[in-house]
Amino acid sequence: MSSRGGMLTRVAIAAIVIAVIPWIVPSFLVFDLIFVAAFTIAILGLIVLTGMNGQISLGHGAFMALGGYVVAVLAHNAGWPYWLGVPLAAIASGAFGVLIGLVALRLEGVYLALATFSLAVATPSFLKHYKSITGGFGGMSLDPVQAPAWAHMDGQHWLYYVAWAVAGAAFLASALLVHGKLGRALRALRDNPIAAISFGVNPYYYKTLAFGWSAVLAGVAGAFYAIPTAYVSPDTFTVALSITLLIGAVLGGITTFWGALAGGLVVEFLPMLAQRVNAGAPGVTYGVALVLVMLFLPDGIVGGFMRAVRRIRPAPAHRSAFETPAATP
Amino acid sequence: MKRTVRKAAIGILAAAFALTVTGGTVTPAFAADPGLTDTEIVLGGTHPFSGPASAYGNIGKGIGAYFEYVNDHGGVNGRKIKWIDKDDGYSPPQAVQLVHQMVEQDHVFAIFDTLGTAVNTALRPYLNQNNIPHLFVATGATTWGKDYQKFPWTIGWQPDYQAEAVLYAQDVLREHPKAKIGVIYQNDDYGEDMNTGLKKGLGSHQNMIVKMASYETSDPNVSSQISTLKAAGCDTLMNFATPKFAIQSMVAAAQQSWKPVTYLNNVANAIPYMRAAAKAGGPSAVAGIITTYYLKDPANHSRYAGDKGMKLYEEIMTKYIPSGDKEDGNYLYGVSIAYTMVDVLKKAGRDLTRKKVMDVAANFTEKDNPLVYPGVVIRTSPNFRFPITQMITAKWLGTDWSPTGVLVDTRSTTTAATK
Amino acid sequence: MHDLAQQIVSGLATGSIFASMALALVLIYRAMGIINFAQGEMAMFTTYIAWQLAQTGMPLWAAFGLTIAIAFVGGVLLERIVIRPVEGAPPLTAVIVTLGLLITFNGLAGWFWGYIVKSFPTPFPTTPLQIAGVAFSAQDVGVIVVSLFTLGLISLFFQKTKLGLAMRAAALYPEQSRVLGIRVGWMLALGWGLASVVGAISGIMIAPVVFLDPNMMQSVIVYAFAAAVLGGIESPIGAVVGGLILGVVINLLGTYVEAIGNELRLAAALAIIVLVLVVRPAGLFGRVAVHRV
Repeated sequence: MSSRGGMLTRVAIAAIVIAVIPWIVPSFLVFDLIFVAAFTIAILGLIVLTGMNGQISLGHGAFMALGGYVVAVLAHNAGWPYWLGVPLAAIASGAFGVLIGLVALRLEGVYLALATFSLAVATPSFLKHYKSITGGFGGMSLDPVQAPAWAHMDGQHWLYYVAWAVAGAAFLASALLVHGKLGRALRALRDNPIAAISFGVNPYYYKTLAFGWSAVLAGVAGAFYAIPTAYVSPDTFTVALSITLLIGAVLGGITTFWGALAGGLVVEFLPMLAQRVNAGAPGVTYGVALVLVMLFLPDGIVGGFMRAVRRIRPAPAHRSAFETPAATP
Repeated sequence: MKRTVRKAAIGILAAAFALTVTGGTVTPAFAADPGLTDTEIVLGGTHPFSGPASAYGNIGKGIGAYFEYVNDHGGVNGRKIKWIDKDDGYSPPQAVQLVHQMVEQDHVFAIFDTLGTAVNTALRPYLNQNNIPHLFVATGATTWGKDYQKFPWTIGWQPDYQAEAVLYAQDVLREHPKAKIGVIYQNDDYGEDMNTGLKKGLGSHQNMIVKMASYETSDPNVSSQISTLKAAGCDTLMNFATPKFAIQSMVAAAQQSWKPVTYLNNVANAIPYMRAAAKAGGPSAVAGIITTYYLKDPANHSRYAGDKGMKLYEEIMTKYIPSGDKEDGNYLYGVSIAYTMVDVLKKAGRDLTRKKVMDVAANFTEKDNPLVYPGVVIRTSPNFRFPITQMITAKWLGTDWSPTGVLVDTRSTTTAATK
Repeated sequence: MHDLAQQIVSGLATGSIFASMALALVLIYRAMGIINFAQGEMAMFTTYIAWQLAQTGMPLWAAFGLTIAIAFVGGVLLERIVIRPVEGAPPLTAVIVTLGLLITFNGLAGWFWGYIVKSFPTPFPTTPLQIAGVAFSAQDVGVIVVSLFTLGLISLFFQKTKLGLAMRAAALYPEQSRVLGIRVGWMLALGWGLASVVGAISGIMIAPVVFLDPNMMQSVIVYAFAAAVLGGIESPIGAVVGGLILGVVINLLGTYVEAIGNELRLAAALAIIVLVLVVRPAGLFGRVAVHRV
């Protein structure tokens, strides 16, 4: 079986599972899985940026905030439909991402981490400050999603399918981007910047582009975080959200796109599982779980899974669009 | 072929994982409202058990302890209360997801004591659309009492923040008509509500406010804000800060040798906090501070020695939360609000419906809550939905709060403040 | 004028809080090239241990001494048990481990000691002091003096002692050091122990000012991170200077720039730091370009 065929099978199975799940799981889980889609999209952006290009961001919650608020402000203040708000959220967030990406060109490693972290720290203050647009601390309530009549399903199921369709599109677009010339340039810049530049790769262009694309994804994710909650407020987009995204990316596996899916599931469900273990102090369980996963699966869940598979069935190394060589950001 | 099988297996595993996460389903035994069987009633709530607001998690634990106590004493009209309390980390999206699960999966009868203004604002539309009681939310924003026509299934419990600030304004006008007021406040909906109440209470004398200084919860301390207020020539301090920052304010003022007349908001007036401030800043840091009360303070041992309500509280804590700090007022808040909840369920009778419970919650009088300040009556009527409106003003004398004057009912000012 | 002096003094006092924590961050970074996000929570936890010891009636200085010893052992153990296994992994793995530790320690402290804000015994007198009308406390002076003293000790240790030199060598040239017979693994563990001690000292100094609760360090660590990077993440002097500058700047921005105010002062300060970094990408006192987090 060719690697492309293997990939197609995997993608097809994932698509079928995603399509079938809403009809076999309880409705609240369908609701939770909308949030998983949002996290997955955002984490995918981090994987492109951090995993493939080596730029660390501790501040992608800020782009989610921008995306979420663009949709909310347009819907709440101007009555615009969500299907118009989401693309605009992507554009706004992407533009802002390019801007931040330009600043990031000057910074590396821990210095870039601080710059992006600052963005996340400052976000709630800005949301509170510009009350007339953002609704201040009180935030804004949004209308629940209604499914179109032809879909014959409730709003929740509809939103689930839309969110996952968008996630699928995000995967496809990212794969195309990364598979081509762009991907080669990004990896070259990450692994051996000097050689890459001497071969004529323009680092400024590609690094900024990577930042912009990851911000587009985070903006879309922010929209799909805000819409099911039907509410946005500064409390929704704290530093903790940005850190959660990075945790998801690393725990899922930052070297492969599948890590985004695993990461999305982990950041959504791990805290809930932690509560089941220790209802009195869920933080302790969650924290210990993070440490343990990293100790036993240092390259993330998908990385560990793939190693286990290879051990059982050694296969010729093949690389598909979804797998990038091990990154050491 | 083998590979396809393996992949299919992975897919099935993923689906199975999704299923195991959901756990078992609770099905109601008869066709009444969900969350009700002959022997059980299911209530759901969320509190922050992790993250920066974890201190409030003890409210949820206090509630759980009281429900256990009630269950061990026969339950409510023959039914035991099942209390599902989850960690929302103070995050609105998290709370929304948990409450969806409680409603759609655990089939709770009602949502009770969800905590925080943002969290409850996010929950309110969903619960009202589905006609699910959203009872006694743990926040004092005015909207819970004011907007009942739009959201009839939501009701608050504690005194609203604006009314509390109105009391301080009235006290200033009465006792210190020439005061130059400085305000330190938390820059969020809470601080905004307090400021609104203060301004409403001052009315035409708003120019008495000389300077307002805000702080963020991410600030390491507030000494800069206190110097600003001192430098502006203020001689009266409205301390509208949450506990840690309120303590820091009192201590910073003492260290800068600034001795304003201080009004301290209720959220920060627990005796352990006053003791901490006195220890760090000396007795003069807290002497003569004015505050308001509506609950008993579990750390005020001398005042409530032999008090029946406090005995009940200590009995419940000893039995159900033996490791908990009895002096933590959050536990007491939890027991007290759970008492009201149980009372409402009792009054709604054996044939419960969500509608009936909501009607009782919006039209009842409770005179015997054992943990509210003696004399406080919890009362609602269909067009007045602020359950607690009475407060007592108190002054810090020596090592303890001493009530000054009589219990004040803010019903009239509450109505005025919400217009 | 008076007010300005007061704001600067209280800014320096707050800044020294950031400085002492930033110093601990720098130590770990120098030893192994990662930011230890759990540093603040480790300091908080050891401060609770000091509080607990003091509650038993132990003399204050003895309690502090014992706490510092516990902090050292705890730091070394943490490195051996949870950091060492991820040493070869991508640096982000170690970062997530420290985030996991942060969450764990925070939860544990709440579990053991509850969330009521506690006062912490100060070794300094509490009577307010005044010079030319500018008020400050003995505690403020104490924090600054102790931070500078710690900085001095650390510099001496790294420059004048054999062990200190070995630790620097192990961090910079692990392979060569191994050849020379330096036990690199133990040097890294010692680095953690040392940083944990600096954190414990900082917690003990800070707690009387910010008061003891499980979240006392969550905001401090943000400022300390900013201070350390502003100063140049590998420079202990930079950490202290960065902390003091940050403390003064946020006070002045909050008090005197109307458009910023207290609400946006942190955001503004961070923006300034980022701008400084754009001009000087290695921070004020940094020299070498750094490629890891």
